[in-house]
Order: sequence, then structure tokens, then C-alpha cells
Amino acid sequence: MNNYINKFFITFLIISLIPTKSFGLIEVDITRGNLNPLPLAVSPLSIEEKSRKSFQELIKKENIGIEISSIVENNLRTSGLFNPLNKDAFLQSPDIANLKPRFEDWNLIKAQALITGKVSYTDEKLRVEFRLWDVLAGKEMMALAFTTVPNNWRRVGHIISDKVYERLTGEKGYFDTRIIYVAEEGPKTKRIKKLAIMDQDGANNKFLTLGNELVLTPRFNPTSQMVTYLSYFRNLPRVYLLDIETGTQEVVGDFPGMTFAPRFSPNGKKIIMSFAKDGNSEIYTMDLENRIVEKITNHPSIDTSPSYSPDGKYICFNSDRSGYQQIYVMKSDGSNVKRISFGKGIYGTPVWSPRGDLIAFTKLHKGKFYIGVMRTDGSGERLLTENFYQEAPSWSPNGRVLVFYRETKTDSKGKGFSAKLWSIDLTGYNERRLKTPTDGSDPSWSSLLSK
Amino acid sequence: MNRSLITSSVLHILVIFITAMSLPFLSKKVIDLPPIVSIELIQITEKTNIPFAPKAKKIIEEAKEKEKKLVSEQAPPKKVKKKKPDSVPMPEDKVKKVEKIKDDKQNPEKIDNEVKQVSEFEKDELFDPNNIAALIDKSKEETTTVNNKRDDVTQDQVKNFENSGLSLSEEDALKAQIFGCWSIPLGLPYNENLLVRIKLNLKPDGSVVKSEILDHARMNRPGQGFYKVLAESALRAVKLCQPLRVPSTGYERWKELQLNFDAREMLEG
Repeated sequence: MNNYINKFFITFLIISLIPTKSFGLIEVDITRGNLNPLPLAVSPLSIEEKSRKSFQELIKKENIGIEISSIVENNLRTSGLFNPLNKDAFLQSPDIANLKPRFEDWNLIKAQALITGKVSYTDEKLRVEFRLWDVLAGKEMMALAFTTVPNNWRRVGHIISDKVYERLTGEKGYFDTRIIYVAEEGPKTKRIKKLAIMDQDGANNKFLTLGNELVLTPRFNPTSQMVTYLSYFRNLPRVYLLDIETGTQEVVGDFPGMTFAPRFSPNGKKIIMSFAKDGNSEIYTMDLENRIVEKITNHPSIDTSPSYSPDGKYICFNSDRSGYQQIYVMKSDGSNVKRISFGKGIYGTPVWSPRGDLIAFTKLHKGKFYIGVMRTDGSGERLLTENFYQEAPSWSPNGRVLVFYRETKTDSKGKGFSAKLWSIDLTGYNERRLKTPTDGSDPSWSSLLSK
Repeated sequence: MNRSLITSSVLHILVIFITAMSLPFLSKKVIDLPPIVSIELIQITEKTNIPFAPKAKKIIEEAKEKEKKLVSEQAPPKKVKKKKPDSVPMPEDKVKKVEKIKDDKQNPEKIDNEVKQVSEFEKDELFDPNNIAALIDKSKEETTTVNNKRDDVTQDQVKNFENSGLSLSEEDALKAQIFGCWSIPLGLPYNENLLVRIKLNLKPDGSVVKSEILDHARMNRPGQGFYKVLAESALRAVKLCQPLRVPSTGYERWKELQLNFDAREMLEG
């Protein structure tokens, strides 16, 4: 036995002493790159003269091909991930580029991707074809065609943007979406607040309510075109439900008191909200089909601002049970409550990302407001933006961009007050103001209209 | 008496004259024969190619200790060597000389290997009639390899050739170039294991003959959209960077190159 071990040892020694040569391939680790937006060229969609004239009559735009491509260009630019190049530098005309791009020409202006396409008017319908090319590889990456009614031309632009975005980033886009918000007008003491809805790029702004009652916190249903919001009807704040297409409204549940901070569950079948009674607010859910109401939390402190995780298994919410307002996570049945925010300051309005990995929040610390994100276990807190007053983040459907609102200070005469919608992406660098005809607050982003 | 005085003084003068005349010559002769100081030109590679391992700390410490000794080896290029009359042979140099001789005896086959490699390489490339630039490059390479063979066949040098790594400066040049070309797709999730390995076949001038993604199958698997996007961006970076900034020598070492694209560091921060 000992002999064996000895032999083993000797052979082991011999083997380990024999020099082993390595003929490995040279490996170079590339761990950094530039974070510049990807340069790409959006060639105007080509259009025949006959189709161009028919569209000119229909939608009063001189060249619908240019209009659609500029929507695509604008969308991709605002995403912060792409750098659409100046059209003046394009060497190839749209109609030829659509058939067979001369990649050398596009390479020359440093475009790495190219979008070409064609618009036509056939059978009183709008038909748009587009192609996405990899300029460096000289390959077609994607080709799609859509047929729709001519009035939908803006949406076609958004859908193309989404497809390009998805193909180049691996992530779903967020351009074919709408944002609902509270449009505000008038002086601060006598503010008129109406529900308004617009496309994600600010077009097609529409008011949904007349402004007789105060409205707050509109929230989209993730699966359909329903909105839940808070309205002060006859001075009683209640959660309402509104169908955007039909315009019908109804009160959610018959609660003997004030209900607020509503939000849909991820499958759109439940509404989760706060109900305040005798100075204590708890979180409740209501099933929209059978109207069964469930009490989720039971604690003498204030629990509010609930938001479901995208799988519906967890709820994050706000509570002051520790003395200060902090963010908590619990299972959707109310068990396993865990505090996740431990930083200095007050945390509010937690919103779970549609991607599931992050929770966005508003933070108040030393008189400044921050919009930030943290992982769902509370780690990796990152503050994206700081300002005098800003609140209520809402996620884009792909979980990459947040829309929120920002108020400015009133001066001593009570003037200069404004509320505007802003968006910021997860990098924290791409901050943009959304253009709205009036002041706006409490934005909420819809899910993708076309799936 | 007088005569002897004259002879004595003449002889004295003679002696003084001779001493006066010959002393500088003597001293010059001493300077003229400086001991031949052997200065090895060692490539930086061996110092920079420290294997990544938990042992790295030890190795770095060892290297630091060595550094004190290595000063004379690293610094001077060849030409300077001859102009240095004042240098005194250091004990270490002697030791190295001895080592050198030993090595020459120990590894004669390895020299042959090098020569073979060069000729193989010639064969491969001869069939490319268009690549005149490459042919010119090649002649340069040949001379350099021959040079290597002649004057620095220390153990370390041999190791360099077989270790087939790029030196830190060579690697940095290549990395810096690709960093500039690679637009990282910013939408990628930071918490997923996304490593794209690309194998390149290069021409001597650094242009890419073939690029191949090593786990190609993963690209078209459902649910691997992010991987596909990253792989495509990496391929774009390689194409955009052509010709790659490769070392001017040692084509054999890097004619096949693997690039590991990993965006995690950037996306997390």
C-alpha cells in the first residue's frame, strides 16, 4: 500500500517537473469601449410622385417620406443611444439607397447603421417598407413592411423606431407609447388640473377631463387602454377608473373614506391603492372582475404608494413604521415585510421597473429632491438627478427611461411657478424636457401600443 | 667630473622628457582598453506578462525586488553601449555572461525552431501575389528574427517566443485602438454574463482576413438578443478598427488573435 503511494508520488513529481509548453492563442481582453451614441444614417423614405400627391391631399404634409423618417430620427436621438447623422452629408439619394446602398458612401460619413425605406399609396392605404443595414458588414439586418390607414403615419414612424431600437440594442423599444399626465394651468393658488394624454414625443396632445375637479396620479393599465387616477369629486378624494377609448368613468370600490395612490397590477386585473381611515392608511387591492377587496398591510403607521413587481409576486411600498418614510418590499399577500432603503433622508414613491431589476424612487435629503434607482434588495442606490423639487418617476415600458415632473420655485410675488415633465435614462446623462402645451405633472408611461 | 655631470643631467632630462612624453600615452592606453560590458536587450514583455493568478501579488513583489537589479538591463539601446567608456563591469553582468553561455549550450534546438517558423511563414504567404507590402514587412521580420537569434538567446527570450503573449505596451496599443472603435450598446443589462469571444486571422499589416465568433451558436438562440447585439457591436468594432495596431514584429505570434469583449465593467459603472 505504502509502495503504491510512493509510486504515485514519484510519478506525480516527474509529471509536474516536465516542462509543459503552452501554445495558447493570444487573448486580449477588451473591457472598455466608447459610450458615444452609435452613429447611424436615417435616409429619408423614398416616395413616388403620384403617392406623394395623394398623401399631400390626405394629411397635408408635403412629403410624408421625409416626415416619417424625421420621426424615426428624432426618436432615436432622444433615446441618447444613437446619433442620427446630418442628412446634408448623405451622398446617395433615397430611392437608390433603398434598392442597394453603396456602403462605401455611408462608411465615409462614419455611419455604422443605415435605415432606408419606401412609402407608397396603394388601395387607399399607407404602405411603408423599411430596411436596416449594417454598413460595416455590408449586410441587411432587418426588413419589414407595414400597411395601415394614412392617418396612422406617425405611429408607423414610432413602430419603425421601436424595431430599429430593438434590433440594435437587444431591448424592446418605447417609442410607440403614450404618456398620460396632469395638465396644469393658472396661478398656483387656483390651479386647474385636467387629465391629458399625448404621444411619447409630445404629439397628439389631448385633454381627457374638463378640469372641474382636481385630478391626481393617473396610472396606465399595463395591458389595455385603461387609466386609474385620483379625483376630488364633491371634495372626496377617490380612485377612479377611466377607459380612454370610450371615455367612461367609474369609482373604484365603495370605501367609507379617502382612497388614493392607485396603480394596476401587472396583469391589469387588480388595482392596488391606499385607503385612509382615522389617520391610518393601509394598502388594499381590489379585483376589477369580481370587486373583491383585500387588505394587504396591517400596521398602525402610514403605508402608501404601493407598486407591484412585474411578476406580481412582490409589492414595494412606502411606510413610516421606522419613524421616517422609507421603502419596504413585501410578498403580494402582505407577508415578509422587509425594509430596503437605509440611506440618509426620506424615500418616497417607489416604482418597480417593468424589467424587474430596479426600483425607482424620489428621495428628499437636506432640502433637495432626487430621482434615483436601487436594486430590489436595496443595494446599489444610484441618484440620477437632483433638483429643487421633483417627484413621481414612471418607467418607460422597457425599464430604461424614467419620466417625472419638476417644479420651479415661486418668487416672493407668487410668480414664476411652473411644473414641467422631464425624462432621464438610467445612465443619468440623457436628461430631456418633454414639450407639453401647458404645465404638467404626475406623468405615467403606457406600455407599448403595438406588441 | 664635468663630463659625468653633463651625462647625468642629459640622462635626467631624457628621463624627464620620456616620462613627460610617454605618460599620457600610457594613461590613454589604459582608457583605450575598457572591459567589454555586456548589456542585454531584454524585451519588456517578460516583465509585463505576469500571469493573472492569486499568486500575482507575490510575483509583483518579486518583480519589485528584481527591478533594482534590472535597471542596467532595461535602459540602454544598442548604440549607447559603445559610447560608454566609463562603465565598470558589475558583478551581475559577469554572472549573466556565464548564464548566457550556458544557455547557448543548453538550447541549441530552439534556435532552429525559430528559423523553421520563419520559413513556414514564408511558404504560407508566398501565394499571395497582391500583398507586396506584406512581403516588404516580411523581409524586415526576417532580419529581426535573425538578430534575435544572434545576440539574445537568453532563457527569457526563448520563453517569450513560446509564451506567445503580447507585451504590455503592444497589448495596450491594440486595446486603446479597439476601445476607440467599440461603441458599447448602452441598453445591455449589467448583471448578465455577456462575454463575446472573437477569433481573428490577421495579415501582417494588421488587416483582418477572417473574424469568427467563438460561441456562434448562442447568437441565434432565442432569448439571447443581448448577446447577439453585443457580438454584432464587437464585430463592427473590429471592422471599424482595421488595420489593427499590431506589433511590427513576430507575426507568427499574433497571426491568430482572440479578442474577449466584455462590457460589464463599463455598464456597471
